[in-house]
Amino acid sequence: MMNRDSNAYTFLFATIMVFVVASTLAFTASSLKDLQADNVRKEKMQNILSTIGIQTDREQAEVLYKKYITSTLALNHLGGVDDSVDAFTLKLNYELKKPASEQRFPMYKAEVDNTKFYIIPLRGSGLWDAIWGYVALKADINTIQGAVFDHKGETAGLGAEITQQWFQDRFTDEKVFDTSGKLVGIYVSKTNNDPKDTDKDDHEVDAISGATITGDGVTDMIIERLNHYIPYFEKEKNATALLN
Amino acid sequence: MAEKKGSIPEKTTLLFINKESEPLFSKKNRGLLTDPMDDNNPITVQVLGICSALAITVQLKPAIVMSLSVMAVMGASNVIISILRNLIPNRIRIIVQLVVVAAMVILVDQILRAYAYDVSKELSIFIGLIITNCIVMGRLEAFALGNGVWKSFLDGIGNAAGYAFILIVVAFFRELLGSGKLFGFQVIPDFIYDMGYVNNGLMLLSPMALITVGIFIWIQRSRNRKLIEKN
Amino acid sequence: MEGYLNLFIKSIFIENMIFAYFLGMCSYLAVSKTVKTAVGLGFAVIFVLSITVPINFLLDTYLLRPGALQWLDASYAEIDLSFLSFIMFIAVIASMVQLVEMIVEKFAPALYGALGIFLPLIAVNCAILGGSLFMQQKDFSGVTESAVYGFGSGIGWLLAILAIAAIREKIIYSNVPAPLRGLGITFIITGLMALGFMSFMGIKL
Repeated sequence: MMNRDSNAYTFLFATIMVFVVASTLAFTASSLKDLQADNVRKEKMQNILSTIGIQTDREQAEVLYKKYITSTLALNHLGGVDDSVDAFTLKLNYELKKPASEQRFPMYKAEVDNTKFYIIPLRGSGLWDAIWGYVALKADINTIQGAVFDHKGETAGLGAEITQQWFQDRFTDEKVFDTSGKLVGIYVSKTNNDPKDTDKDDHEVDAISGATITGDGVTDMIIERLNHYIPYFEKEKNATALLN
Repeated sequence: MAEKKGSIPEKTTLLFINKESEPLFSKKNRGLLTDPMDDNNPITVQVLGICSALAITVQLKPAIVMSLSVMAVMGASNVIISILRNLIPNRIRIIVQLVVVAAMVILVDQILRAYAYDVSKELSIFIGLIITNCIVMGRLEAFALGNGVWKSFLDGIGNAAGYAFILIVVAFFRELLGSGKLFGFQVIPDFIYDMGYVNNGLMLLSPMALITVGIFIWIQRSRNRKLIEKN
Repeated sequence: MEGYLNLFIKSIFIENMIFAYFLGMCSYLAVSKTVKTAVGLGFAVIFVLSITVPINFLLDTYLLRPGALQWLDASYAEIDLSFLSFIMFIAVIASMVQLVEMIVEKFAPALYGALGIFLPLIAVNCAILGGSLFMQQKDFSGVTESAVYGFGSGIGWLLAILAIAAIREKIIYSNVPAPLRGLGITFIITGLMALGFMSFMGIKL
């Protein structure tokens, strides 16, 4: 048996260990990748559907997604549609790192019982790591129908509460544009004195106690991500005005 | 990890034959399970695992999930390192311990993400916290590296139980006083709120967790005078 | 230069590893009985942070990040090795800590004995891994920035442990109730100091 503390043994052990661990992890990761990707894909559909009030489990998600989501568009920074990109596969965190002219932003259009909705993905930073979500706007491209949030590593019981329905419900019927037509987003506020959220014209929702930085992250991500869509919204509003 | 266990069968049986002269649940072995609850509590005596005791104790449910996860990880990692203990070169032992724990946790996470996605979403945030939990590493260094497999397993479970005890007590008070709920269910009835009671928001923040543990230590050492520091 | 100074000050006070993020508490609480050991561990932490954060930055930029392997060959742009981040960061940190352990054992054996198990525990010190994970999130523009961040975080940690050690040395002479003596009162004092540091939380530099 080799001397345990000799250089040769140490080197040999380290090499074998690295090899075993790396190959086990790589093998597991690659063989499970498709199953995992499938789960993520269905979860994305679940989240998009829940912003327009359709709750479903992952099995039904794909069916209902095809039923209610009428189109998936990839928009460039001028509000035009890029047909060469599959918007569903776009990853916001990558897009945000590209120069402005190369960025593409997904826009999901849905129709439920003849009512149209616009669903926009969000991405931002919480206290510890990334946060993301979706917000659905009604046909007036102003009032929020619903919102869904998720996170990578916020504190359980504090920042992590953004995934809870009671927090997400606060956003329903709030407006993202002010009366002069300027995008103001929604401010997750500690001082709004409106804990039951009865005032729907204040562009504010009540924050979560102890989750200030996560709440600020939500505020920032709503206005920053919606900003990219302003050119597209202008075009849509003009188009609807022409039709009327 | 099946590869590791399978590739060293002769060592394992040798170890078992040599060490198991003592009954499985002898007094000493039972002590390994019960000491960490009080006399050798990982959080209040060994001063390990504090970070997660602050972060996870805002609500009872994550505290319990974390406790069970830590128990599983500690049981497994103590056993693996104990089996390998005569093979690990001294100069890289820290790295080996860490890599074993990290690899195991990541493996479990990957499998959960494929086959039990909802559970994995609940546990994903804990993954980082478990790997860096000083208790896991601390017991590997202090015990598993120098003791047999069964004893190491008991030590791992015992320390995890001691850890769980503190976590649950702190989480109980933080959730109750900080949000009036337990397990997410409203426990403090509405009429008390109407009388003017307000949730103590400060309890949700980490400084209060520190103070709660301080008070727990006060109570623990009043009952167990052995633990009082002499200086 | 101003950017570096801002980053440095931010990482010491506003994003203090101990008081803002509560990382690295175990060693902080256990090794702060005397100023001497506290300073010893503090310097070890500064050393490990200042070296591991830039190294992990390079690893992340040129190996782990999605699309990072493009410098090898353009066709590798699709590869995403970020699932290995955790284990690679930890491996780098553990190697550094092993190095530090060997140095301390050789040149300062008294300190080595006093630190006991907490020297190897630097490897799992949430503050060190946290430093690397935050660096990954913060998207630094270069190695120097990440080094400044690592160094600053280390100094913040040293400051915190120095403060509590100094207080603990003095509080021996106070009439603390016996069961609270030592660890108990330290927890409570740390909680109060943390409350104080919360005042830094909203400052934007």
